[in-house]
Amino acid sequence: MANPKSIFEYAPAPESRSVVDIAPSYGLFIDGEFTEAADGKVFKSVSPSTEEVLSEVAQAGEADVDRAVKAARKAFEKWSALPGAERGKYLFRIARIIQERSRELAVLETLDNGKPIKETRDADLPLVAAHFFYYAGWADKLDHAGYGANPRPLGVAGQVIPWNFPLLMLAWKIAPALATGNTVVLKPAETTPLSALFFADICRQAGLPKGVVNILPGYGDAGAALTAHPDVNKVAFTGSTAVGKQIARTVAGTDKKLTLELGGKGANIVFDDAPIDQAVEGIVTGIFFNQGQVCCAGSRLLVQESIQDELLDSLKRRLATLRLGDPLDKNTDIGAINSAEQLARITALAETGEAEGAERWSAPCELPTSGYWFAPTLFTNVTQAHTVARDEIFGPVLSVLSFRTPEEAVAKANNTQYGLSAGIWTEKGSRILAVANKLRAGVVWANTFNKFDPTSPFGGYKESGFGREGGRHGLEAYLDV
Amino acid sequence: MPTTTPPPGKAALTGTPFADVTASATTLRRFLHGLPGVDTVGLEARAAALGTRSIKTTAKAYAIDLAISMIDLTTLEGADTAGKVRALGAKAVHPDPTDRTTPKTAAVCVYPDMVATAKEAVADSGVKVASVATAFPAGRAALAVKLADVRDAVAAGADEIDMVIDRGAFLAGDFMKVYEEIVAVKEASGQARLKVIFETGELSTYDNIRRASWIGMLAGADFIKTSTGKVGVNATPANTLLMLEAVRDFRAQTGVQVGVKPAGGIRTSKDALKFLVLVNETAGADWLDNHWFRFGASSLLNDLLMQRQKLATGRYSGPDYVTVD
Amino acid sequence: MSKESLGGSAAGATRLSVLKTYKLYVGGKFPRSESGRVYEVTDSKGKWLANAPLSSRKDARDAVVAARKAFGGWSGATAYNRGQILYRVAEMLEGRREQFVREVADAEGLSKSKAAAVVDATVDRWVWYAGWTDKITQVVGGANPVAGPFFNLSTPEPTGVVTVIAPQESSFLGLVSVVAPVIAAGNTAVVIASEKAPLPALSLGEVLATSDVPGGVVNVLSGNTRELALPLAAHQDVNGIDLAGADADLAKDLEIAAADNLKRVLRPQAVDTDADFTTPPGTHRLTTFLETKTVWHPTGSLGASGGSY
Repeated sequence: MANPKSIFEYAPAPESRSVVDIAPSYGLFIDGEFTEAADGKVFKSVSPSTEEVLSEVAQAGEADVDRAVKAARKAFEKWSALPGAERGKYLFRIARIIQERSRELAVLETLDNGKPIKETRDADLPLVAAHFFYYAGWADKLDHAGYGANPRPLGVAGQVIPWNFPLLMLAWKIAPALATGNTVVLKPAETTPLSALFFADICRQAGLPKGVVNILPGYGDAGAALTAHPDVNKVAFTGSTAVGKQIARTVAGTDKKLTLELGGKGANIVFDDAPIDQAVEGIVTGIFFNQGQVCCAGSRLLVQESIQDELLDSLKRRLATLRLGDPLDKNTDIGAINSAEQLARITALAETGEAEGAERWSAPCELPTSGYWFAPTLFTNVTQAHTVARDEIFGPVLSVLSFRTPEEAVAKANNTQYGLSAGIWTEKGSRILAVANKLRAGVVWANTFNKFDPTSPFGGYKESGFGREGGRHGLEAYLDV
Repeated sequence: MPTTTPPPGKAALTGTPFADVTASATTLRRFLHGLPGVDTVGLEARAAALGTRSIKTTAKAYAIDLAISMIDLTTLEGADTAGKVRALGAKAVHPDPTDRTTPKTAAVCVYPDMVATAKEAVADSGVKVASVATAFPAGRAALAVKLADVRDAVAAGADEIDMVIDRGAFLAGDFMKVYEEIVAVKEASGQARLKVIFETGELSTYDNIRRASWIGMLAGADFIKTSTGKVGVNATPANTLLMLEAVRDFRAQTGVQVGVKPAGGIRTSKDALKFLVLVNETAGADWLDNHWFRFGASSLLNDLLMQRQKLATGRYSGPDYVTVD
Repeated sequence: MSKESLGGSAAGATRLSVLKTYKLYVGGKFPRSESGRVYEVTDSKGKWLANAPLSSRKDARDAVVAARKAFGGWSGATAYNRGQILYRVAEMLEGRREQFVREVADAEGLSKSKAAAVVDATVDRWVWYAGWTDKITQVVGGANPVAGPFFNLSTPEPTGVVTVIAPQESSFLGLVSVVAPVIAAGNTAVVIASEKAPLPALSLGEVLATSDVPGGVVNVLSGNTRELALPLAAHQDVNGIDLAGADADLAKDLEIAAADNLKRVLRPQAVDTDADFTTPPGTHRLTTFLETKTVWHPTGSLGASGGSY
């Protein structure tokens, strides 16, 4: 009676690479011009899914930082004196150009970062454009933002961003800085410099005055030089807690305003009355979105003991359906790890987890032979004492812990040096509110996870950093208030 | 894969965790209210996310043929005539007269008084005849009338019965009445496979759809089906996803496999492929044939045929190249 | 040392006044320094006023424990309740007006009338902050109109345990100007009093103890500022530090130490060196030690129409 069955395998559905034209080499973007590094250094940007060299990029050093800060300082006078409405219109232009070029930028980001096109197309790029659009509107309304009349910009902002959401992190930094009248020197991460350089081109298309935005691809030394530069008034950093602490020491005793968005070890708490199917999706989104390379990832699953087995069965079944592979394929759920270095770190921490006695389970999937890959992985039988429950892994590795009561769930969730994100899954409204109230985390997702919006302030408690990005709150970091 | 028709609920579930669930109205209600809740936003987000799967080339060709083979080609109009039903039967057997490799549809679906005509039209092609019964679509008739309706259809040769549940009883909280009526209809259906229509648009909430799914499965439904096609909201990716989760969970816990039939509102190949993705990634490949998954549709078939022609020829087809029956 | 003439006394003799032993205020109690050390506190002309406890690192550690223990209750109290308690503090301050006028006059070398003005301003400032407890959430929090089927709300929450280095010159108005906002926001505080003029701060502890402020919410230490501030700046269970009373060198050292667990740092502000602290404060000192928590809740449609997305 049944038809002969064949498996419904999805044929490859690759997004076309031809929408993006990557030049063989790129310079630094200083004072409106692409330029070589003072010492002529270059580095290669590699596609993490294939190890193919995408382009050769000028590598900024201390002299270049100085040049860029000078350009930004020079531009500051006129830029900050522009009527807010005019600054806003530049940002609106940028937002629109990003929308126009979003397919190109999505493909570029996927190539340079390794994340699935599904995510760059449906998450990163729409959020990037929305962020510029949101802050564009603030530029002429700062008097009404709750920071007093006529709040003043700080001056030159030195911004250092990570590789996990290269263009989105750029948007989070540059949009509020420009809206408030600051000028910017931004250093993208060394493994993902390309979208920031394309953004430089967008600034030119938008007619942004020279020197208002300067982009310095480079390594940690360039970032350190930027944050230490005496003529920088504002430092904004997103990245690891260790580097964040170093930057906090660097700016100590100066007048530089500092905001830090750092690591996390988010607890995703599932109560026995949770909407289970949606909770499973939320757990998957929480830890496998962007291969788990997300500071606010729900990397610790706290599940009520009474439903642990059932939930884990469902979760494993679901993980078996994740499609790992070519990030440009529109059906890929799990892309490549961003770099060999990051892969080594994830691998080492997973090995530590096993060595410490946690039980490891990986989704059955075939890893490509070239590029940097890590299969979605769970650790069960994890306790608060395990390294995989404490350290930020920044990869597709979920540690599963159990709890018996809401009090225990909250105590375990808060038992970390971090405090960036948390999730709560329960159908009981009052429990959501009670638990959310007790969690020491800057973003709490109730019956959802990893949702972002330009109007919604984002940032951490404790060692996850300080300051907020997004929303009205995000203006404060760039105003002299 | 179990291909025999499971017997009615209580007997089938002996020895499962659900043997006592239907012992009384109270136990049934407690059980249904104890099912995990459904978060509306999360469910719809998951359905939408699966809707972004890109099904191309060979996968698309496979899926289009699969979708054609899953259609319950339906006419349920007051204006139905023997002529209309015969034309429908012919179309079900040979959906694309220009291409005999085109699969047959799974069934034709008609009112009970058209069953005999439909049987004749599909003859021994293998295409089933399904009949709506139980005072379709409202279901507002005495049980005896509904059962007579069913027996009439079965006697006329229906291979499958599409019943409607008593939404009034459901919404009034009388879950036992809904359950017992399905059990009775199942018995009256004899060897015919029973599809239980919830009219999800009238149940209104996802929690209710999950509860109805479990009532249907506990009562021995062979299929659970979204809708009659006669109300505002019919099959949607979200309510179908939810029902796929229910049959998946039911088999995991009882070993009994139940089919799913979204009906109404699925008109394009693109939509149909999204539903197949839902099946593939929720219930799994075991449901990917027409014994376990159906589309209740009429205009969908022509769109699938046009897409099929496009894949075969490389040219876009048009309505004049498919039949209007 | 104050001797007061008892005018009209038949004997015409002067009465020897009762001296006050100044003690620390930690966890709602009045301990001496565990080190047993004291130091001489003099007035602006160098005249001996009292021996104040010379607190040790251990005292600082005890104060942090007390502040942490008090944090849950204080931050969890309703904002209205905190406002009531803080207003009660102002009432108690007013009642001890004469004592504080004397202590401020001695500490800062002010005339009676100028010291009285300072004390009045201090009480008024306390009243100002008391009124903030149940308003700051509305002023700095709010709903965020996210582009999706979610209800999204940002609310401020207190940072935790905050070390406050009280201004060195303004021993009372300055002190209250930095302590009141910290606790009004729901934090608990470990306060290092002005090194050379700690007596008003130690007396404030006595006021707090009799004003329904739970023990541990404010802890007052006297002693060497650098000796106490460094371990507190490095303490892993302290979440924030107000450097008001630190000089530039110390402030830098403390900020570096504070980076170890990423404390929220309030650098010395222009107003802090403006010795009279009379400029009306804004909300900055309240918001520095507030975190913003943003909670997302799905909303979606009422029914199963499929229309949430």
